[in-house]
Amino acid sequence: MMIADGIEDEEKWLAEGIAGIQHNAFYLHRAVDSNNLREALKYSAQLLSELRTSRLSPHKYYELYMRAFDELRRLEMFFKDEERHGCSVLDLYELVQHAGNVLPRLYLLCTVGSVYIKSKEAPAKDVLKDLVEMCRSVQHPIRGLFLRSYLAQISRDKLPDIGSEYEGDGDTVMDAVDFVLQNFTEMNKLWVRMQHQGPIRVKEKLDKERSELRDLVGKNLHVLSQIEGVDLEIYKDTVLPRVLEQVVNCKDELAQHYLMDCIIQVFPDEYHLQTLETLLGAFPQLQPAVDIKTVLSQLMDRLSNYAASSAEVLPEFLQVEAFAKLSNAIGKVIEAQVEMPVVGAISLYVSLLTFALRVHSDRLDYVDQVLGACVKKLSGSPKLEDNKATKQVVALLTAPLEKYNDIDTALTLSNYPHVMDHLDAGTNKIMAMVLIQSIMKYNTCVSTAEKVDVLFELIKGLIKDIDGTLADELDEEDFKEEQNSVARLVHMLYNDDPEEMLQIICTVRKHIMAGGPKRLPFTVPPLVFSALKLVRRLQGLDGEVAGEEVPATPRKIFQLLNQIIEALSNVPSPELALRLYLQCAEAANDCDLEPVAYEFFTQAFVLYEEEVADSKAQVTSIHLIIGTLQRMNAFGVENRDTLTHKATGYSAKLLKKPDQCRAVYACSHLFWVDDQDGIKDGERVLLCLKRSLRIANAAQQMANVTRGTGGPVTLFVEILNKYLYFFEKGNPQVTSAAIQDLIELIKTEMQSDTATPDPASDAFFACTLRYIEFQKQKGGAMGEKYDSVRI
Amino acid sequence: MVLVLALGDLHIPHRAPDLPTKFKSMLVPGKIQHIICTGNLCIKEVHDYLKTICPDLHITRGEYDEETRYPETKTLTIGQFKLGICHGHQVIPWGDLDSLAMLQRQLDVDILVTGHTHQFTAYKHEAGVVINPGSATGAYSSITYDVNPSFVLMDIDGLRVVVYVYELIDGEVKVDKIDFKKTTASANSAH
Repeated sequence: MMIADGIEDEEKWLAEGIAGIQHNAFYLHRAVDSNNLREALKYSAQLLSELRTSRLSPHKYYELYMRAFDELRRLEMFFKDEERHGCSVLDLYELVQHAGNVLPRLYLLCTVGSVYIKSKEAPAKDVLKDLVEMCRSVQHPIRGLFLRSYLAQISRDKLPDIGSEYEGDGDTVMDAVDFVLQNFTEMNKLWVRMQHQGPIRVKEKLDKERSELRDLVGKNLHVLSQIEGVDLEIYKDTVLPRVLEQVVNCKDELAQHYLMDCIIQVFPDEYHLQTLETLLGAFPQLQPAVDIKTVLSQLMDRLSNYAASSAEVLPEFLQVEAFAKLSNAIGKVIEAQVEMPVVGAISLYVSLLTFALRVHSDRLDYVDQVLGACVKKLSGSPKLEDNKATKQVVALLTAPLEKYNDIDTALTLSNYPHVMDHLDAGTNKIMAMVLIQSIMKYNTCVSTAEKVDVLFELIKGLIKDIDGTLADELDEEDFKEEQNSVARLVHMLYNDDPEEMLQIICTVRKHIMAGGPKRLPFTVPPLVFSALKLVRRLQGLDGEVAGEEVPATPRKIFQLLNQIIEALSNVPSPELALRLYLQCAEAANDCDLEPVAYEFFTQAFVLYEEEVADSKAQVTSIHLIIGTLQRMNAFGVENRDTLTHKATGYSAKLLKKPDQCRAVYACSHLFWVDDQDGIKDGERVLLCLKRSLRIANAAQQMANVTRGTGGPVTLFVEILNKYLYFFEKGNPQVTSAAIQDLIELIKTEMQSDTATPDPASDAFFACTLRYIEFQKQKGGAMGEKYDSVRI
Repeated sequence: MVLVLALGDLHIPHRAPDLPTKFKSMLVPGKIQHIICTGNLCIKEVHDYLKTICPDLHITRGEYDEETRYPETKTLTIGQFKLGICHGHQVIPWGDLDSLAMLQRQLDVDILVTGHTHQFTAYKHEAGVVINPGSATGAYSSITYDVNPSFVLMDIDGLRVVVYVYELIDGEVKVDKIDFKKTTASANSAH
């Protein structure tokens, strides 16, 4: 019979049904009140006839059923009271079977059956067996399900469980189990049959209706779990096999999913652990459409929680070889379900990995095994294009990182790089960033060249262009972020042992050199400074062991540095290279390696001459050269002279006069070092200062000519300050007369007609004069010096 | 009471991966009114990070900075004090206090904040105070060996500035403080 569409119709029918029940209930109550058994039976049968309808959806039928249920409760109480109706329970059991229609007959039979069992006049198992088989007469899915549900409800507290009052000689737990299992099996069959009844309707509607009824079926499993007498033995030998048999044989995906889930939820975790093989054995036999990964994940989750609940439980896991079984089961499922998309398989591996990490975190071989299985699956499939699958792979790779905050562990997993190889270029890079971020976050240090090698292999997507993807295609911001991350990473690679550290540096160099011109400006500087730090460490050590060749020496490292910085010429990145050469020069100076330091200066000058064309860049670069050179103490006279000559020469050749002026007076410091052994060539100092003064004059004249007004006197004031500096240091060539002349010059310039008023230079001059006054007031040697200076 | 954070020479990512964790947890947004940075961040990420601590960021160019448009020097007034900033690689000899005093006279400021040497100093001389906050990350320096990460917090209150220097030594943050008072004498103010 068709269950009709149309909600309004259903409402109408439900209302009719309820009205029918109420109508008959009225007479039923009257009959019961007057202890009229015949009448009671008549009206209760009529009442129950409303449940014969085919016109209601499960949801509505349930409402009707509940009304009837309430009435049956009352009826049961009436039945129980033999004195009132004068009929023995045995006779009553007979009597109700005369009801005209099957459905009311069976409801009444179950109701009497409940009383019968309570009376103990017959063994519980006999009655239950009788009832569960009689219910077979109702094969209509909805009607049958509710009937059997009724049976389950009323029998609930009357099962011959251990310790129950219904346990007896003939009645055992097994009888209770048998009864519930049989009811369950029949209910499941009815439930599955709902699929096929009537013409084909909208699948969603059907599934929804079926879902509404699923708890009726599932309840039986719940009851089974509550039976005290069902211990591990009985569960293992009877309950689970029979339930699984029904689950597999019904070949219905909705039922299978729900019931597997139910089993896992309802029975205790230790049972699952002990029956793992049987339970897992069912999975490959399930319908392909069943979402196995969700169910398996549930199982593994529960087992993980169980393992976490107490330490005593763990040996059990090992004893039953839980991991191996789960691993095999997953393998079988993936094999059996050929149609399963890659994302499904990977999700299963993610769940298994999570399980392994939670339960067997010390077993890295398990973790590696899961990764290996994943690699095998990925190898057999075309390149990953599915977004979801990619996400799962990333989850797979991220899990061990988060579990073991130490990157070292991930680096020992031999299959880790193989999994990464299966990611597309974009995701590979994302994963590489995740790796780096993990290292940075946990402040871990990668301490051997070997590990560094493995790590850089893993992040090779960031280090170089792979598989034809060009760095050009990438967004500039993203590219910078990536490369800066790699740069930061370099500082996390460290070992106290100089030899190992040198190996690390060489390993990093090997990898970054393949990076190409776009990457080198990011990756070279941190490597250079890492090497310079090593040099400094070796400086302190007494590296020379008599006769032995010590691999890590400053000299060797400087050779390496030279090569590394040279790579920047391919970019080209002259300003950066210049700075790095100067850093090396200073370091070589500190190691007293004069030729090495000289070589680095040569390189810096060559770059300055040939590559630094921008005038602003030239100013900065020449100051860096002068500043570095000023600090050199390892040079002999000849070398020093050559370099200072070059420096002063280039200073005078800068484009703008003010820049020339400043660079030249900066050079004056090249000839005066305040150390006890430092050079103190007063004459050459003065030569620089005078030259710079000439340039300042020329600048003033140029300003007069080109603009009609004098330029700011700042340069003169600066030079004056330099005069004061050397005057105070005791350079005999710098006299108070010279200073006096300068002061007059400045005053003249400031007061001249063509002077441009400039508050900044005025303030500067005023501060300078104030300073001179201050020094004069000091008295003592300093005061004497300044005595002849009048302001 | 005005809090001014002075720091510089972080050299991220060339010489250091990041600020020390203990420093980062101290530098909470909203507590500081101004940031003075001597330069050599070196990348935009660091600039953005500093801006989250305080939007009023004053920064001068270091020789390794990615951003080439930072000024060589900068001056600003906070309360009664005139401050000047310069990275310091431009002042030769590097770290020479007399030469820095010349720069201070040239900028005509009470407090000159400068870096480059990665060595904390707070030095009072005729023209005012020179403060070098050191390197906030303890970055390698060719000039200074054994650099400890450090930064400076200045509390400017009327004519007085208290300079707190925070240094990370062996994993612990050590604080020291120095008081400077500015006289109202015209010696220290501009014409």
